[in-house]
Amino acid sequence: MSDASFVRTEMLSEQDPPPTSVGVIGWLRANLFSNWWNAILTVLCLAAIWYVLSGLLGWTLRSVWNAGSLNECRDVMIANWGSTHGHACWGVINDRWLQLLFGFYPPELYYRPILAMLLLFAALAPVLFADKVPPKLLYVTAAYPFLMPWLMWGGSIWTPIGVAAGFVVAYLVGRKLGGTASGLVLGILSAVVWWMLWFGLPGQAETFDSGVGRVLVAGLGENLASISPDTAPFWLETVESRKFGGFMLSVLIGVVAIGCSLPLGILLALGRQSNMLIVKAICVGFIEFIRGVPLITLLFVASTLLNIFLPPGTNFDIILRVMIMVTLFAAAYMAEVIRGGLAGLPTGQYEGADSLGLNYWQAQRLIIMPQALKISIPGIVSTFIGIFKDTTLVSIIALLDPLGLSNSIRADTDWNGIYWELFAFIALMFFIACFGMSRYSMYLERKLKTEND
Amino acid sequence: MATMTDPPRESFRLSMLIYDTRYRSLTIQVIALFAFMLLVAWIISNTVQNLASLGKEVEFGFFSEPASYDINQRLLEYTSRDTHLRASFIGLLNTLVVAVLGCITATIIGVLVGVARLSRNWLIARIMTVYVEMFRNVPVLLWIVFAMAILIESLPSPRAFRGEDAPQSLILNDSVAITNRGVYVPEALFSRSLGDVRLFGESSLRLDVSLDLIAIIAVLAASIFVFRRIRAWAERVQNETGNRPTTWYFQIAVLVVPSVILLTALGFHLGKPELKGFNFAGGTHLRNSLIALWIALSLYTAAFIAEIVRGGILAISKGQTEAAGSLGLRPNRIMSLVILPQALRVIIPPLISNYLNLTKNSSLAIAVGYLDITGTLGGITLNQTGRELECILLLMLIYLFISLSISVGMNIYNKRVALVER
Amino acid sequence: MQKSVFYGALAAAVVIGGAVGAATLDDVKARGNLNCGVSTGLVGFAAPDASGNWEGFDVAVCRAVAAAVLGDPQAVEFIPTTGKTRFTALASGEVDMLARNTTWTFSRDTDLKLDFIGVNYYDGQGFMVPKALGVTSAKDLDGATVCIQTGTTTELNLADFFRVNNISYEPVPIETNAEAQQQYLAEACDVYTTDASGLAATRAAFESPGDHVILPEIISKEPLGPVVRHGDNEWGDIVRWTLNALISAEELGITSANVSELAGGTNNPEINRLLGSEGTLGDMIGLDSEWAQRAIMSEGNYGEIFEKNIGENTPVGLARGLNAQYTEGGLIYSPPFR
Repeated sequence: MSDASFVRTEMLSEQDPPPTSVGVIGWLRANLFSNWWNAILTVLCLAAIWYVLSGLLGWTLRSVWNAGSLNECRDVMIANWGSTHGHACWGVINDRWLQLLFGFYPPELYYRPILAMLLLFAALAPVLFADKVPPKLLYVTAAYPFLMPWLMWGGSIWTPIGVAAGFVVAYLVGRKLGGTASGLVLGILSAVVWWMLWFGLPGQAETFDSGVGRVLVAGLGENLASISPDTAPFWLETVESRKFGGFMLSVLIGVVAIGCSLPLGILLALGRQSNMLIVKAICVGFIEFIRGVPLITLLFVASTLLNIFLPPGTNFDIILRVMIMVTLFAAAYMAEVIRGGLAGLPTGQYEGADSLGLNYWQAQRLIIMPQALKISIPGIVSTFIGIFKDTTLVSIIALLDPLGLSNSIRADTDWNGIYWELFAFIALMFFIACFGMSRYSMYLERKLKTEND
Repeated sequence: MATMTDPPRESFRLSMLIYDTRYRSLTIQVIALFAFMLLVAWIISNTVQNLASLGKEVEFGFFSEPASYDINQRLLEYTSRDTHLRASFIGLLNTLVVAVLGCITATIIGVLVGVARLSRNWLIARIMTVYVEMFRNVPVLLWIVFAMAILIESLPSPRAFRGEDAPQSLILNDSVAITNRGVYVPEALFSRSLGDVRLFGESSLRLDVSLDLIAIIAVLAASIFVFRRIRAWAERVQNETGNRPTTWYFQIAVLVVPSVILLTALGFHLGKPELKGFNFAGGTHLRNSLIALWIALSLYTAAFIAEIVRGGILAISKGQTEAAGSLGLRPNRIMSLVILPQALRVIIPPLISNYLNLTKNSSLAIAVGYLDITGTLGGITLNQTGRELECILLLMLIYLFISLSISVGMNIYNKRVALVER
Repeated sequence: MQKSVFYGALAAAVVIGGAVGAATLDDVKARGNLNCGVSTGLVGFAAPDASGNWEGFDVAVCRAVAAAVLGDPQAVEFIPTTGKTRFTALASGEVDMLARNTTWTFSRDTDLKLDFIGVNYYDGQGFMVPKALGVTSAKDLDGATVCIQTGTTTELNLADFFRVNNISYEPVPIETNAEAQQQYLAEACDVYTTDASGLAATRAAFESPGDHVILPEIISKEPLGPVVRHGDNEWGDIVRWTLNALISAEELGITSANVSELAGGTNNPEINRLLGSEGTLGDMIGLDSEWAQRAIMSEGNYGEIFEKNIGENTPVGLARGLNAQYTEGGLIYSPPFR
């Protein structure tokens, strides 16, 4: 080996990096001015941001909060700034924000939609944040579909209890017969029989005049002849759905549509994957038809045609009709999301289920669906965001969602002529809600990804 | 086991329909079909009963009656004396126009934004994120209304163009006027026009096809054909001899000269918009409603497309970028030659569904008064004739047909671009 | 969830329902409230206030009918309808009557199976232009850009008017009055055309109403009135005569202030018949004898309703004009109560 003439025995001491590559300057150089092209773009962007913000912030902040009408607003603007241009009149929001949130829901009952909303979070928590909340909350989830309509529409507690009991009956019967197709069918049939017993047969369904419900309630010591708002236990004042409006209506349509479309969507997705030709054709036909037409045409159907399609004399009110159509709409999209979830499962899961000797429904219930639904949650959340945004379309068929209400508010002589403030408020509310949900969906996607990796 | 004999021949029992897996699926299908047909029959019988009690019957005779309303933005000529069918047809074309324009611009903006979101320039990436989140999380109906309101409030009205020292003037050599009533652009005029040829006679679907346009297209097609022949010839010569003959001047001449001759022969000139009376006259007028809808739909859909493009690019492994970089390609060439072509495979399917969404969302044109098919057939015609059932069912069928055509077309394209896995 | 909502819907259907064609009066009485279709919002005619109470000229008619039939002017459910949904809502039984600026036309009355029971406002389509344009007649509007609200008879009238006068125009269809207002003020259209009442209301909301003129031409007849379903004549009679009671009350000098006093009996037999202290007019339409008294008490007589909602002292500021009593040169005229 050659003899090295020089070997360094101690390390050189660390030197500070050049000042242009660290700290603020370094960051600026790396991220904003890395070459002349980027520098130009940066400057242009800054100019654009300045232009937009200077106009927008001035309008937003130099504004009038306390005014009872647009003319009052204008007077204040003239007094303060000498001109009415470039200033927002938030008085309209100040005046009408409760209406924009709750529509015409009776103010003394506002606690009910608020409670329903809070319960919604409680009910969703075990599904959405499974690892962070006690699993006991699942009971809330199970009860929610029955509690929510009761809270929103009011009436007697026996209605949701009767409906829920029907599901319990269906479950018990289905379980007794084992998880087979006939068990499923018989379970559903027994539930229908139960509901008929409880509520009375259709046609004479004056809720409590007939049926076992009446007998049971009698057994609980109620005076049957006078089941009325005053005597029934837990009676909530009924609120007709046409009193619903504003953001409450948007959220309600969205939640009902997603909630109801989930079981429908599962069935459609299974039907689409099935190898039974006719069942598959019907499911594919339904899904493609709904996905092929704009929601607005379905809403036209709800507003003008649905009554024609139903037996003479039936007459749902428009909000329920819209909920039905939006549910069908959501079901088609939900079916596709769940189909994606099913496709995402490795074939081994299906084969494993078969090798255990499980029949179709058992395999679906115990093995396939729990996994498929779990990986579908981000898709379901995005479907919900889409539906929630699409609820603004109901303003076109004269429902008073926030956008529809903004029109009615402008028809009040006090606020005739106001424009941007209402839209800005509505857009902001939608943004906050949808942005929050999409963040959650992304968080979930990341989590699922790391779990799978 | 080994001594298994022939199984006894089973006689068919009714219970086998349910318990025997060979027959069960058949049973279920028959029941499903039966239930489905029952449902359809139920709806039809209800409809018949209800219509009878309303004293209406399903008939499409109203389509041949005069529509009596005007449509401002239209591709074909139309007056208020034309039939409802003609009005619906004009509306359908309007839907297609905004859908096609929207899809093109949404794709362009979406790809640019999707790439820009991955930019190394921090500010640009952030701004694009803000854009995407803003548009994705606010309902499209609001954006359409916003776009319209911004156009109306921020652009000058035609009056600002009037007078000696007008505050506004036409741009691009006095040929384009941007006003809050829309954009006026020059139109192509021919002083020695060949005239029009009318298809479908005087029916509601009549179509005037300009012979000038046909002539121009024919000449261009011929030029391009010759152009390609020359290139093929040059290539052949190059393959045989190794020398490529110089043909570029000849190629350009083939492309340009015949068209120019034709245009001169037809007396081609531009009809510029001029301020006349209340409005600009002459030129082609793109109404604000069309532009607002176009912009709003493009920007809204572009936000979704941007996310798809970003996802597609991120799905390409970093090794591809590094390998391309080591070959000496510059960043923009890497993007256009290596990353995007591969990302397309991931991008195309969700892109199709976004095109579909855009087309369906174009039905919100009603909010800005752009008379598309929903505004004519499902709007004013429905309103004036009171034929809800006919109008809405037809409207749904038309949308269904458009949607299915787009999916079929794009799926064929998708199959072509899909790379063969190796 | 799905089932429960369907069940809820079914229950609601029974509660709300009521077969089409059955006696509307019985339905209304059984239900305890009147379902009244109104517009989603039209200045002066129908709009909800901050606490959700509907107010306006059309709304008052609904309240009067509710007061006559049910004895409570508050027993009304207002159901907003659009130009597209209004007739279906009525035909399907979702609403018992429409009190929404609906023009009485031949085809609506016959082909659409509706019954117009009278006219509560005589309107006509007019034009509004900025003063600065210097236009004095609608016939000077050749080539103008015209904002119109779609889904009404206005666009048909407009097309006809320009066609008949052989002048061209550029229509800008618009969904709501608010947007029309915005476009017009930004000069995106030269002219705004709608019912003259709407023009006046819109102009009143401008920052400087004096800069705009409403042209003298009224190009159409727009008799606006309440509508009921065809075929239920008893119900139609009730609505018709409630409206007539309001009109007669003004003619006879009965106001919401003096109605209870006059109900005690006067020496004018017509007042007595109307207010039920004489004769059995109420019985004849299936109501009690004090029906008209309650209707007038609810929001006042026709003139009071007019003045309160759209009259000259309101921001809408409409003059009575054609809508004055026939005794004062107008068209408002009620058949006698006899």
